[in-house]
Order: sequence, then structure tokens, then C-alpha cells
Amino acid sequence: MRLQKKDLLDIESLSAEEIALLLDTATSFKEIGTRAIKKVPTLRGRTVVNLFYEPSTRTRVSFEIAAKRLSADAVNVSVSGSSVSKGETLLDTVRNLQAMAPDVLVMRHPASGAPYFVARRLEAAVVNAGDGMHEHPTQALLDAFTIRERKGTLRGLKIAIVGDLLHSRVFRSNVRLLTRMGSAVAVAGPPTLVPPEVEKLGVEVAPSIEDALAGADVVMMLRVQKERMQGAYFPSVREYFRLFALTRARIERARKDVIILHPGPINRGLEIESAVADGPYSLILEQVTNGVAVRMAVLYLLTGAGTEVS
Amino acid sequence: MGRLVIRGARVVDPSQDLDRVVDVLIENGKVSAIGGSIPREGTEVLDAGGLVAVPGLVDMHVHLREPGFEYKETIATGTAAAAAGGFTAVASMANTSPVNDCASVTEYILEKAAAAGKARVHPIGATTKAMEGRELAEIGEMVAAGAVAISDDGRPVSDPNVMRRAMEYAKMFDVAVIEHCETLELHPGGVMNEGYWSTALGLRGIPRASEEIAVARNIRLAELTGARFHVAHLSTAGALRSVRDAKSRGLAVTCEVTPHHLLLTDERVGNYDTQAKMKPPLTTEEDRQALLAGLSDGAVDAIATDHAPHHQDEKDDDFDSAPFGIVGLETAVAICLDRLVSPGILSLPRMVALLSTGPARILKVEGGTLAPGSRADVTLLDLERPFRVEPQAFLSKGRNTPFAGWELKGRAVRTIVGGTTVWALD
Repeated sequence: MRLQKKDLLDIESLSAEEIALLLDTATSFKEIGTRAIKKVPTLRGRTVVNLFYEPSTRTRVSFEIAAKRLSADAVNVSVSGSSVSKGETLLDTVRNLQAMAPDVLVMRHPASGAPYFVARRLEAAVVNAGDGMHEHPTQALLDAFTIRERKGTLRGLKIAIVGDLLHSRVFRSNVRLLTRMGSAVAVAGPPTLVPPEVEKLGVEVAPSIEDALAGADVVMMLRVQKERMQGAYFPSVREYFRLFALTRARIERARKDVIILHPGPINRGLEIESAVADGPYSLILEQVTNGVAVRMAVLYLLTGAGTEVS
Repeated sequence: MGRLVIRGARVVDPSQDLDRVVDVLIENGKVSAIGGSIPREGTEVLDAGGLVAVPGLVDMHVHLREPGFEYKETIATGTAAAAAGGFTAVASMANTSPVNDCASVTEYILEKAAAAGKARVHPIGATTKAMEGRELAEIGEMVAAGAVAISDDGRPVSDPNVMRRAMEYAKMFDVAVIEHCETLELHPGGVMNEGYWSTALGLRGIPRASEEIAVARNIRLAELTGARFHVAHLSTAGALRSVRDAKSRGLAVTCEVTPHHLLLTDERVGNYDTQAKMKPPLTTEEDRQALLAGLSDGAVDAIATDHAPHHQDEKDDDFDSAPFGIVGLETAVAICLDRLVSPGILSLPRMVALLSTGPARILKVEGGTLAPGSRADVTLLDLERPFRVEPQAFLSKGRNTPFAGWELKGRAVRTIVGGTTVWALD
């Protein structure tokens, strides 16, 4: 079975069945990462281009390793040192990439919607690796994978998402995925960082982090995105920490078997206390491990590779 | 110049409360008689049976881009587009390069327009020098050269003291102060209306309060100064409430709305379509309904297109990077006829008032009437003629429209300026 889509641009347009297919496929790929020889020939001869218009370590490396474990040729293009910084338009960059006939373009861009613009003009499959404040679909998939692996299901779970919701593409992808798969999502953050009419996305806006955490099976903390802030969103790190950080004391309100996720990179002492980030409930590094398996599944399903996983 | 009779048309002229089939005689570039017995000898006859003759349409908000941005539009292409859209006159905004902030630029625009020989051009002078919002432009000199109003359209005058002085000063020349009402400090980086769709798409929002704050402030300054104040491209229910209130208190406050704000909402941004990116942004259905109500009951004084041509390469970009603005000259009349008049939202005389008489009065320019003695600027409309919006066929250099592919019924078929046909279909 393959994904009946040319691109993976968002979670919004994925059905529950397609999400399940992606997660199930990732499960079979995860084992490869535990082998001594972490490589299968599935995508041999395919070319994957990672085009990153924003700095990234985790996501770019994760896609690169995913491609290489499938034996694809992975090429990384970052903004500095490329023609992008010479003033080439997005359209011209896309045309030039097309001329080199890649099979998959993994793209990160600071403008929401930029991958749609590219996907409409490129024959290659486009994977959105984060567009502005819009979506980060592979992050939501790896989060869901991590939750499902621990909890067995996504259905019926209570999930708290806390922090800078306004600027977060991780939030927008996760809320779509989790609500589609039957989880209940409560969100909390400073009112300045809660997007307008967010409840129409199917979430409950809790009045405080304590309310959001009450009885939660999963707590997903969001990074405070200082680089996207142009204005007075909160007065100080100290006050943010006091009101919205995930601390050991606050964790007590969640269920005993709560798990804690964070898309990284974490701001220790801002949105999360180090003792929590490094503590027993935290799956932050497990998320990173799972990210590779999920991205292998995405590359595999989009290219419709004929070879079976072995 | 000879004699021309427009025979058999339904003449709709709200300035004379006229709506009946009657002949119009044009002599020496002026309307000399309406109806009655028009002598046939030496008269050219234009058979207009089945058509509607209206006072030449006036688009009071157009960006002709010349001087400085000729790659987007020129005065020649812009006025040709205007004529093809049924407009006999347009008012051109000052955000050219150099800015139209002194008489020499105003004169340059008028010379180019005269040479082009299509629709008339009424230059709007800048409110402030270089549209920087600090010092007043040479308003008196520009008015003497032919400017009909002042505006820093595209760049709101943020300093209330500068706006107050501009209003006080403009009063001397009895020109309207037209303002692009926006509170830029409220929404750094904003690209679309703030609401559900900006949240869903992850685009930075522009709250409706941005326009409403500026409209309310400028109305208070108009009250303080006694100036004539006109709100450009009004787009929200709240701003219209302020205008209604100002009118009820007898202030000289007027406003225009655009066809796109009357037809589309922020949902149209869809998958980041840059043809739906403009300022003010497309707003909500509630706002749209309020604007429609305002058309009929007199709260709205004019329909204007905010014709904003851009090069295709500029719009062919991601949503954040693409410039604001869409073209409108060649779609406005068909949209108004098909989507407003045909379904009964707007009467035909009221449409003509909004597209001709109303804007002519605000700008205090000739036109907006077919009364004997007035300039023979006439637009002929065919209410049955089908029109498919095909950007590649536009006379404007701008192809940036959200209406591409729309199938409409009704359009302008002939545009007469000063008794001379400057454009005709077929």
C-alpha cells in the first residue's frame, strides 16, 4: 500500500487511515535503526534534496539519516552559501532544482504556505519540514508515533499542549492529527500567544497550565519562539517560567503515567524545568529516535518504492 | 467637432433622477440635449437600442504606477484598461516614484494622460512629502496644477498631529483628504485578516480594529478641523458604523468600498493564493454583509477598485513575500452588474450613483451627470452581454486578479470621453 498523494504538505488533508498507514509503516522501519548495519536498499538510486531556508539541526539531520538508511542519495542545501542568498526567487530555485530531477524535496521555509507554492510547480514529491507558523507534519507524526508506542492508542487520550501556540507549526500540525485520531486536546498559554478563534480547531482553551494538565495522559510543551516574536508578548523569562513552565510540582496534576514531549530545541528554565526535561516522564530523546523512523516511512510511502521492507 | 446622437438607450442618470429610454444629443464634446426632438441633419447616429447609457464611470482609486513603476503599469495602459472597463475617468494615487508630492509630478501625469487619449486622469496629490508622514506636501501647488484630492494611500499618516494639520490646510483648497486607514503598529508583519483563517493557515493577522481605530481617529480629526474626509477602501462593519455615525452628526465624511470586499471573504486566501492578498485584507462574511447593506442605504458613497497592478513575477511568490494588491478596472463593472444588480442587492441607478455621480461629487470633478451642458462622458452598458474574466486579455499590464475564470453577465461595451469613443467592444 502506498500513500495516494504526491506530497506531504500538511496534516490537515490527511485522513485517519492515511495517518495510521504512516504510523504503521514507521513501526516496521524503527527496527532498522537498532541493527548493526542500519541500511536497506529500498530507495537505492533515488535522490532526496533537503532544502532548508531556516536553520535546523534535528530535522535536517533526521531527514538525511532517514534517506541514507533507505539508501537514497541525500543532498543538503541550506540558505547560506546557496544562490538563495544571491537574491534568486523561490520560483527560480524550484525550476533549477526540477532541472536536476530529484525524487523528493524536503523543504523548510519561514513563510507559511511556501511548500504549496513549490509543490504546485515541482514534479518531485514535496515534504513540508516546517513552513512558517503553519504546519510541521512529520513532527506531529513522530509525536503521535511516540504516544501510540507508549499508550497503545491515540483514541480517548487527554493531551495538554502548553506554551507559545501562536507561532507554533508543531501545535497546528499536532492539534489536527490528535483530534482526527480521537484524542481530546486542551491548550494553555499566555493570552498573547493563543491564536484567535483557536477553539475552532477543536481544542479546549484552559484558563491556566494547571487546568490544562489536570488528568492529562500526555503533556506536550512548546518552545517559546523568541525569533518569531515582534512585540510585547510577555514581560520576562522569570514571569513566563512562574506562570507557564512545566515544573515537577505542576506535573503532579497529570496522570501518574503521564508522558512529556517537546519538539526541541528546549529552552531550559523558560518553558521547562531541567529536572522535568531530563526526568522519568520525559520522552524528548525518544521522539528524536522515532523521528528517523517516521521520516523513513514518509519517504518510502511518497516515492511508492517497489522494494518491500526487509 | 460634430454632432452625435445616442439613440434608443435606457438612460440611467441618478444626478437627474432619470431612468427611461431617451435620446442623448452630444455637440462639441458636451451633452446638449436629452430627449425631445433631435434634428437628424448632420448628426451621426449611434444606435444604442437595448443598451444602457450612464454618465461616464469614475474610479476614484487607481494606481497607474507611472512615473517609476512602468513595469507594472503605465498611464497609457492603465487608462486603456479603464476605458475597456467602462471608466471615463480615474483618480490616480500618489505612491509613484517620485511620489506625486509636487506640481511638476502632477503636471507630468496630466501630460502623459492627455497624450494617451483614453480615460481622463485626475491626479491625487500626496498628503505629505515623499509620503513619509512628517511634512506636508505642496498641496496648494498641486491643486493649482490639477490635483483633485490628497492622500498618502498605501502608507497611512500615523502621526495625528500631521493628519490634523493636513486636514486644516487642505480645507483652504476644498479638496478631500483621502486616507488609507490602517494602524500599522497593531500588526507587524500582518498579511491577512486576523481570525480563524489566519490561525488555520499560520499567517500573521491584521485585526479589523486596525482600520477601525484609524477611521475613528480621522473622523474625530475631521470634526476638529471641519475638513472633508474620505475613507479609502473601507472594509469592516465597525468602520462603516463610525462613518454612519459621522454622517448622522452632519460631518463631511464619505467612504468607498471595493468590489473585492463586496464579493470575497478571508476564506478565499485558501491555499495561500497571492491573488487574495491585498490591503485592507479580505474580511469576514459579517463585514461583507455590512458593506452590502451600506451600498443601498447611503452609508457608502462610492465603489472604487483600488486597481493595484503588479508584475506577475512579484505575485508568483510565497504569500508573505508577494506584494499586496489586485487589479480591478476591467472587472468592476461586470462584477457589479452580475453579482450586485442582477440578484437585486443593488438597483442599477444606485450602482451608477456609486460608480459615477458619487465619486465625481467627492472629488468635485466634472462628470457624474448627463445633464445638458455637462461634458459628454458616457458609458454604454449591455446588461445581457456575457463576460468571462480572462487576465491574459486585459489591457492593463497587471494580471493579478482573484476573479480569473469568473463567468459574468453584463459589461461595458462603449466608453465615450468628451463626445469621442475611446473604446468599444468588437
